[in-house]
Amino acid sequence: MYVAVKGGERAIDAAHRLLARARRGDRSLPPVESAQIVEQLTLAVDRVMVEGSLYDRELAATAIKQARGDLIEAIFLVRAYRTTLARFGYSDPVETREMKLARRISATFKDLPGGQVLGPTFDYTHRLIDFDTDEPGSDDASPDHAYKERAATPRVAELLADEGLIERPSDSIDGPPADITREAPTFPARRDARLQTLARADEGYLLSLGYSTQRGYGRSHPFVGEIRFGEVDIEFFAEEVGFAVPLGRIRLTECEMVNQFKGSGTAPPQFTTGYGLAFGQSERKAIAMALVDRALRAQELGEECVAPAQDQEFVLSHADNVQATGFVEHLKLPHYVDFQSELSLVRLLRAEFDAAQTTLAREAAE
Amino acid sequence: MLVLAKDMRIESETETAGRRRVMAVLARSERVDIDKQIGAIEALPRGRNVRPVQIGLVMLRGRIAGIGAPFNLGEATVTRAVVRLPTGETGFSYVFGRDEEKANRAALVDALWQCPKWRATVESEIIAPLAQMLRRKDAVAAAETAATRVDFFTLVRGED
Repeated sequence: MYVAVKGGERAIDAAHRLLARARRGDRSLPPVESAQIVEQLTLAVDRVMVEGSLYDRELAATAIKQARGDLIEAIFLVRAYRTTLARFGYSDPVETREMKLARRISATFKDLPGGQVLGPTFDYTHRLIDFDTDEPGSDDASPDHAYKERAATPRVAELLADEGLIERPSDSIDGPPADITREAPTFPARRDARLQTLARADEGYLLSLGYSTQRGYGRSHPFVGEIRFGEVDIEFFAEEVGFAVPLGRIRLTECEMVNQFKGSGTAPPQFTTGYGLAFGQSERKAIAMALVDRALRAQELGEECVAPAQDQEFVLSHADNVQATGFVEHLKLPHYVDFQSELSLVRLLRAEFDAAQTTLAREAAE
Repeated sequence: MLVLAKDMRIESETETAGRRRVMAVLARSERVDIDKQIGAIEALPRGRNVRPVQIGLVMLRGRIAGIGAPFNLGEATVTRAVVRLPTGETGFSYVFGRDEEKANRAALVDALWQCPKWRATVESEIIAPLAQMLRRKDAVAAAETAATRVDFFTLVRGED
């Protein structure tokens, strides 16, 4: 029960002014500009876009600045902003095969068509603090001007598909894709609804759940078939224009996980897939999402559902960090009346207990 | 041939392809670059907004496992504008982001491209230089990425 409590307004105003002051920090230093955050804290910006479920790099950067670097707070701001805008419609599905690759690796095939390009990665770095990141010349790339431009790069799954060794997802579903922003998912949820939920899910949560499947809670023997990161063109069919209008490009990270599957009475032994797709360069998120997507397919693949990561209702209901933080953090708000009633109850029970003890002691003495 | 010429659908498809190409260049270009190209053209007609420029959302869709049925991935901010020229051509724009001025310029260029008097100028003075800029940017990025290509080699073991 919540009761309006008066008397805090002045303190709240002062606290918000102090917040603005604390946000600015030492005034002898120049303030950080949003554009700098976009360019130099790119992966934080990407995470806010992913979990804020809104692609807008400048907006995410502004939110990070306003939130003093608290990414969940920034995600909350982005989600709130989103609710103020009308939706024009749905884009055509992105074709990641056509991606302008900035990175593409496979852990399953060394020599895959299209090759492997590492791109800007933390992989194989020594994880030693570099005190010279601002040194002149330390940020020069070494372009290879002799490269040949490639057309679309086929995906790893296509290589296995030729032999029928990997499942092929159905390319049609009944009706339009689920939209959890319009209608809350029901359980068991369809894979399209699950993927939408996972796409905006908290990265840390998916990381831990994915990790749990690797440690044996719902084992699925995963291999990274392919990870790709780069730019894709997006188009949107605009009614009044009468054709699909190019909106521009966005950056995406895609992970296709290849998992073992023993087969069942109706399905032959073959590889199955888990899928991850995220805005920006969000590799950890995409990998974790693919692991959890695969774990959540246990039911449809006729596997035993025993692990937390395989429990649709548990996984999907707790994946959103804005919902989670709202409920967890609300505990700090005034609960005076709730607590008063709890206090009276405990006092009453305590009096009854004490009375019973006294009676017992008297009976023992007699 | 007569049948083909009368088929409005075929005729509008070529027109559509042209407008889509122009829109793609404009959507990817920076507003300052678009402005620079527009600003250099003399006596360009001014358009007026048919309806107010609007910032909104488009829900972006992916495909299950990259090739399957579509699913909703997340939204993006998109700004749209409609601009009409005094000669009657109506230009549209839908571009990522929240830059209302950029959306206005893009809609104006779409309208001008539809105007026979201006199409050649739009192509040579606006679209060609912007496309060139984008190609250069892409080429730099592609060359930097290409340098990180892995060339695996296998060590031959000393067996006869």
